[in-house]
Amino acid sequence: MMTFAPLLLVFLPLVAAGVSFALPERLSAWRNAANLGVAFTKLLVVAYLLNATEAGLVFEWRYEFLPGHDFVLRLDRLALLFVTLSVFLWLLTTIYAIAYFDRGPNLPRFFGFFNLCVLAATGVAMSGTAITFFLFYELLTLATWPLVAHKGDDKSLRAGRIYLSYTLAGSVAFLAGILWLQSLVGAIEFAAPPDLTGIPALTLTLIFILCIGGLGVKAAIFPLHGWLPEAMAAPAPVSALLHAVAVVKAGAFAIVRMIYDVYGIGTVAELGLGVPLAALASVTILYGSVRALMQSDLKKRLAYSTVSQVSYIILGASLIGPYAVIGGLVHLVHQGIMKITLFMCAGALANRMGIKAIADLDGAGRLMPVTMAAFSVGALGMIGLPPVAGFISKWYLGIGALQSDAAWVVAVLAGSSLLNAAYFLPLLYRAWLLPPPPDRPAIRELATTRDRMLILPAAVTALVALGAGIFASLPFSPLGWATLIAEGGYLR
Amino acid sequence: MSPLDLLMAAPLGFMAAALMLGPSGRWLILLAAPLMAGLALWLALLPPDAAYLVGQWDLPLGILLRADGVARLMILATALVIGAVGLHALAEPPEKPGHAAQAETFWPLVYLMWAGANAGFLTTDLFNLYVTLEMVSLAAVALAAMGSLAAALRYFMIALLGSLAYLLGVALTVARYDTVDVILLAQVAEADLATLLALGLMTAGLLIKAALFPMHGWLPPAHAAAPAPASALLSAIAVKLGFVILVRLWFEAFAAVTGPAALHVLGGLGAAAVIYGSIQAMRQDRLKPLVAYSTVAQVGYLFLAFPLVAGTVEPSGAWAGMTLHGVAHMLAKAAMFLAAGLMLKAVAGDRIADLGGLAQAMPLTVTAFGLAVVSLMGLPPSGGFTAKFLLLSAAIEQGAFLYAGVLVIGGLLAAVYLFRALSACFAPLAGAGPDTASRGPVTGGVQAVAPLALAGLAIVMGFAGTALVDVSAIEAPWATPTVIQPEAAP
Repeated sequence: MMTFAPLLLVFLPLVAAGVSFALPERLSAWRNAANLGVAFTKLLVVAYLLNATEAGLVFEWRYEFLPGHDFVLRLDRLALLFVTLSVFLWLLTTIYAIAYFDRGPNLPRFFGFFNLCVLAATGVAMSGTAITFFLFYELLTLATWPLVAHKGDDKSLRAGRIYLSYTLAGSVAFLAGILWLQSLVGAIEFAAPPDLTGIPALTLTLIFILCIGGLGVKAAIFPLHGWLPEAMAAPAPVSALLHAVAVVKAGAFAIVRMIYDVYGIGTVAELGLGVPLAALASVTILYGSVRALMQSDLKKRLAYSTVSQVSYIILGASLIGPYAVIGGLVHLVHQGIMKITLFMCAGALANRMGIKAIADLDGAGRLMPVTMAAFSVGALGMIGLPPVAGFISKWYLGIGALQSDAAWVVAVLAGSSLLNAAYFLPLLYRAWLLPPPPDRPAIRELATTRDRMLILPAAVTALVALGAGIFASLPFSPLGWATLIAEGGYLR
Repeated sequence: MSPLDLLMAAPLGFMAAALMLGPSGRWLILLAAPLMAGLALWLALLPPDAAYLVGQWDLPLGILLRADGVARLMILATALVIGAVGLHALAEPPEKPGHAAQAETFWPLVYLMWAGANAGFLTTDLFNLYVTLEMVSLAAVALAAMGSLAAALRYFMIALLGSLAYLLGVALTVARYDTVDVILLAQVAEADLATLLALGLMTAGLLIKAALFPMHGWLPPAHAAAPAPASALLSAIAVKLGFVILVRLWFEAFAAVTGPAALHVLGGLGAAAVIYGSIQAMRQDRLKPLVAYSTVAQVGYLFLAFPLVAGTVEPSGAWAGMTLHGVAHMLAKAAMFLAAGLMLKAVAGDRIADLGGLAQAMPLTVTAFGLAVVSLMGLPPSGGFTAKFLLLSAAIEQGAFLYAGVLVIGGLLAAVYLFRALSACFAPLAGAGPDTASRGPVTGGVQAVAPLALAGLAIVMGFAGTALVDVSAIEAPWATPTVIQPEAAP
């Protein structure tokens, strides 16, 4: 089991992808069963892994991919944080997607690429070397493209084109940076950070800029975020997934890896690269919030909110202090759970009531109380109100900023929270307190299982977001695990 | 007769049989494909020190066949490509309506090209190489003529010019050194006027065959007009033989003569080909010319690698990158042409804008096209990526940032034009709403298997990097020889 487990997490989605591609639409029940079965199995594997890794085990599998370059799957604690998040949310998104699409054309393709996407996301998490990481990172780009362009209309194809141009350009910059670094220090293993002494500071800085610039595309750092709002043309389950787990998180996760496992916090501090990155993250946080405020379309507003929120993770990583690291890492999980809640709710609103614009939200709370309750939990969490999980992230980031003598970050956090409130609270006000417009068509009853399954996943993630905040002090809470990661090496 | 001889003799036998059997000769591919694939696999898996199997006759009289790494990989890829293209052509006869006779002439030409290519990859004798070059060119011209006689005639004239230049160079070499064997030449060649002239002539001739910019003019019209299986063979096999002979000349026979400046000329032409071919491909609104110009760009990478191989003390990485790029391109481009042929047949047009709705109607074919796109762009995991990774690493290590930049930009440009074609397949059927966007399946599944298998192999190459790099290094000119080389003639 020691070396087998990481492989299992790669092969299971491959099986589900193969089944999804192969089965025709009339056997969709079998496809759904395969997808759900694989998702549950992965959850079991992850539960086992969490237990074993907490006890100090590290799972690793490697083979020589090219002479001198190993393909390494390695499950350290940081990897497992991301793996757990993606496997858990993937199960819920699969349930949601099955309910959302029901039956339709092109679903074999959709679920096939959907599974390749989770494969790539877990692969990104488990990569033990820079080259392995790049393999999965690119697979993620390729597997998401058909999902973004899924609808096949002009808007989706355009979104797909923009998505590809941004991400491929980013990957190329990252690859150039990594190869440059490898030409100086040899193959890069995350478990054994390269020795960077003797390399000119200018070279290291340029490589850092290339790498972070490349990764920043997926992490949607300003001004590289342009693809993300466009990608809203995709169906709701895809948006939920892009924003919460897969693409933007892969970028943010990779930046954490670069800072902590390639350069090391010592070198980053020495080169003075932490503060500019933190400043850029702060600009992104505020810019994303302001842009979100200006949107009248619900999904677009959520998209810009993602631009803003993902940069909290980068802010935490670049501040280089114990609490800031924990805050950034825990936000990786918290933002995922809260944002997926919001997107699944938005999808359910659009699907059942045709609500797309914010102005249409009036009275939605009375008609779909469970959905709007879940939405409210997510929104309040994004603002950072206790006891929702988002509060924990901001609290740790704030303390971390003070520890790192960066008091200005607290002002950024406060400003961002105010902006978050300014763009989320009006939605809640409309949904709960305004009467529904008289001409709105009556909503369908929750007649079928399918209708319930469209709402259940959001309700679950909302509860988890609450739970992650209330029970933050328990060992297997996101906070507990982030602290474990930080204690395991990032604080020295 | 050793299996090595069979690699050349068997296709000739199949050619004769196909000529005699007439219309039923097409079934021979069912025998030829597995047989040749088996032989090629046997060759690839031979131990490294068994590179000289035939050649009991002493040089300079004997004919030396050498199964070095480049030959092994190229022969294996050739067997896979021609086998798959042949099986595909069996199900989907390459003929125009009203030209039923064409299908009959297709098969002997395929076997002729097969024999010529295998012999060309194995032999180290410049004159034998000329013969094999002619065999392949002849077959290629005739295959191109199945589509457009005008394009084929143009190809023929240009190819003839290339052959003459090469032959003249060989004649000069014989006059100067009294030998035409690559290995012997490597020991005696020196940089005098006659040698330089000979090398220059041979190189110019071969560059035409390999369609390196600016000598690529014959390629796009010939490819665009030919039936898909013929285009696949032209792009995958015909241009590669010219490239392999150039490798033999520049890194082995005349390695002592070729200076860095000359290598950079080739590298510069390669870089220009990448950019020019990509830009031309972007400007096409028909699918087959787009794929043809993509070949012009991809050939550029092969020559861009020349200065990278020569510019380092430990060239195994760049060498493998160059060789694997050739192999990956063979597999992916053949797959792409076959898929494009099926797609164009389904829409009964050749404009990229016509491709809408195909992603639903023929998912397997579009998948094959998509996988080929991945490898041609150099995205992981694929043989194209492995090759690009090795070349890019070599370029950065040598500080050759110009070449590194072209490698990087070429990949992005490829993404632009290839994804344009691919996303056109996802668009709804022209003139219909998204709800009615469905085409009936136009072709059965069997035809789609060949492109899918080839593209799949190009992807699988990405996982076997170490083994492929090791094979490519067998008996490479820069490596320490594993056997004692035949003694030079007194």
